[in-house]
Amino acid sequence: MSADFLYGIEVIINGLMAGVLYALVALGFVLIFKASGIFNFAQGVMALFAALTLVGIMEGQVPFAHLINAVFGTSIHHFGWQVPAILAIFLTVLVMIAFAWAVQHFVFRHLVGQEPIILFMATIGLAYFLEGVGDLMWGSSIRTLALGLPQGGSIWVEEMTNGLGGDDFYGFFIDKLDMVATLVALVLVAGLVAFAQYTKQGCAMRAVADDHQAALSVGISLSYIWVLVWSLAGIVALVAGVMWGAKSGVQFSLSLIALKALPVLMLGGFTSIPGAIVGGMIIGVGEKLFEYTIGAPYLGGATENWFAYMLALVFLVFRPQGLFGERIIERV
Amino acid sequence: MLYREAGDFKTSYKADSQTFPIAFDRWRYWAVLVIAFCVVPFFVNAYWANAILVPFLIYAIAAIGLNILTGYCGQVSLGTGGFMAVGAYACYKLMTSFPDVSIVIHIILAGGITAAVGAAFGLPSLRIKGFYLAVATLAAQFFLVWMFNKVSWFYNYSASGQINAPERFVAGIAVTGPNTAPWAQYMICLVFLTICALIARNLTRGTIGRSWMAIRDMDIAAEIIGVNPLKAKLTAFAVSSFFIGISGALFFAVYLGAVEVGEAFGIQKSFLVLFMIIIGGLGSLFGSFAGAAFLVLLPVALKVIGVDLLGWPTDLVAHLQLVIVGALIMFFLIKEPHGLAQLWRLAKEKLRLWPFPY
Repeated sequence: MSADFLYGIEVIINGLMAGVLYALVALGFVLIFKASGIFNFAQGVMALFAALTLVGIMEGQVPFAHLINAVFGTSIHHFGWQVPAILAIFLTVLVMIAFAWAVQHFVFRHLVGQEPIILFMATIGLAYFLEGVGDLMWGSSIRTLALGLPQGGSIWVEEMTNGLGGDDFYGFFIDKLDMVATLVALVLVAGLVAFAQYTKQGCAMRAVADDHQAALSVGISLSYIWVLVWSLAGIVALVAGVMWGAKSGVQFSLSLIALKALPVLMLGGFTSIPGAIVGGMIIGVGEKLFEYTIGAPYLGGATENWFAYMLALVFLVFRPQGLFGERIIERV
Repeated sequence: MLYREAGDFKTSYKADSQTFPIAFDRWRYWAVLVIAFCVVPFFVNAYWANAILVPFLIYAIAAIGLNILTGYCGQVSLGTGGFMAVGAYACYKLMTSFPDVSIVIHIILAGGITAAVGAAFGLPSLRIKGFYLAVATLAAQFFLVWMFNKVSWFYNYSASGQINAPERFVAGIAVTGPNTAPWAQYMICLVFLTICALIARNLTRGTIGRSWMAIRDMDIAAEIIGVNPLKAKLTAFAVSSFFIGISGALFFAVYLGAVEVGEAFGIQKSFLVLFMIIIGGLGSLFGSFAGAAFLVLLPVALKVIGVDLLGWPTDLVAHLQLVIVGALIMFFLIKEPHGLAQLWRLAKEKLRLWPFPY
């Protein structure tokens, strides 16, 4: 096999891994959209907020220390203890559930029945709000997430694949973290599917997704389901935040991955969990391959910034509901 | 008791359909214009021009543009920053390629170029609707910013990748470049804003504006009653991009003078202008002004209160600003989806009955 071909395969594999991370963020979108019709722009900021909270709790930071210091003239910043990772994750999940309840109680309860586009703009406001709160609570410096996840290239894969090419080929370079992320994403998706299919709450969730009024009439509490769904999305955001945070540090740019998840959704369809995953893969592979074959040699690189959107745009013109989305039927 | 229709008899259809049916409003409108054109330029100093007035005027043009697309025609766009960048770079290329032509013509041409680009990116709107379209306009945002970063022809192969506005004169007075007087900056933006607002007002109450609103309210129904969706949507994109292009050109040439595309015209700018029209009021020209004024004044006010009065650190105030803007967006969408413009309308209704409301 020629070196170019092998290198192409490596690009595809890495693209798939990146796609899994996009799909992780996209999953959170799909969950909320299916159950409540809200297109949650704040998903990326939720991932950032969850990761910030996790780091803050682990390091024993005092929340809002900066604000308290400015108002009362004190100089507190840390409690002076370290919280073990498991406990910190548990606490962060609790914070995300509280956040889900607050969002439902203070914002979206009052917006029931509004047009989807109004809800969408409300979530943009929510994204700003949450970003500001995250910065106020934990500060805005770049953090490293020390959960002990493996980092760096996998020597095992490199040695296994070394023999495929000629002398100038040293095997595939695959980041261990990406492999862990893929595994985690698979477990998460399996868990979500199992939850939706085999539990009472999951059944209620699907009922709400199907028809709000029918679900209400058989005694399902809509607000409970919505809090549940936002909590699940918060947990998915936490996982995505941990994975991206471990990769590139916990910082503001983390919230921009939400923007990357949007074309993924458009490709896969807003209402389909498998769509989110397949869409993520297509975008991940597509942008890496495009950068490798056309972007870097001919267009000056950094095409990853826009390729996904263009792909989604062209794709949507031919299939407006996405790959797996429900058919859009319009009535006057 | 001044604020009444009573006694103001309209004797022609023209008088009946004028913008301000109440005499007091007409006087107020002329008074605002006279103050803006004849009084403010003599008192404006560098701080007021740079921190408040010039950004307000420029953002008001951008907000009018986006309001035509989103408020009147119902097509949500997150590509405003990208289109402003088109206006800025078109203006820069025209300024450096044809140095003898007046800058006013350059700015208008820059608007025209942006209109063409906007219409091209508006083509998918015929198939894609709602937030699918919002996401599709992100393609314009990211692609345009990337293009202005990578293709060095656009910034004349300068090493820094920045574009700098050369000095240009209108009637012998410098309006761009480092030697511009604050009042000159203010005046040129004001003239453009006034003309843009007049055009927008007259477009939105004519045939074309009505077809936009029909598309906004329900595009299929509009198509059935004979509105051509292709024409309506593409003109909305083109007109909106024209205004946004002019604001981008002014933002670069008059206000900043030197621009790095990712910083000045990034995605944050798109959100900022979108927030302006949400807070100000979708589908209202007054709302564009109110929203622009509000979001230009808010950071300044917060800075004055937080940093200067209370002595808090700047970054803390910046974070608080995010929280406040986000909370305000949600508040307005919940309590007053029609924004400041609706509050203004309610106030006027109350005023007409004052002081005997029953």
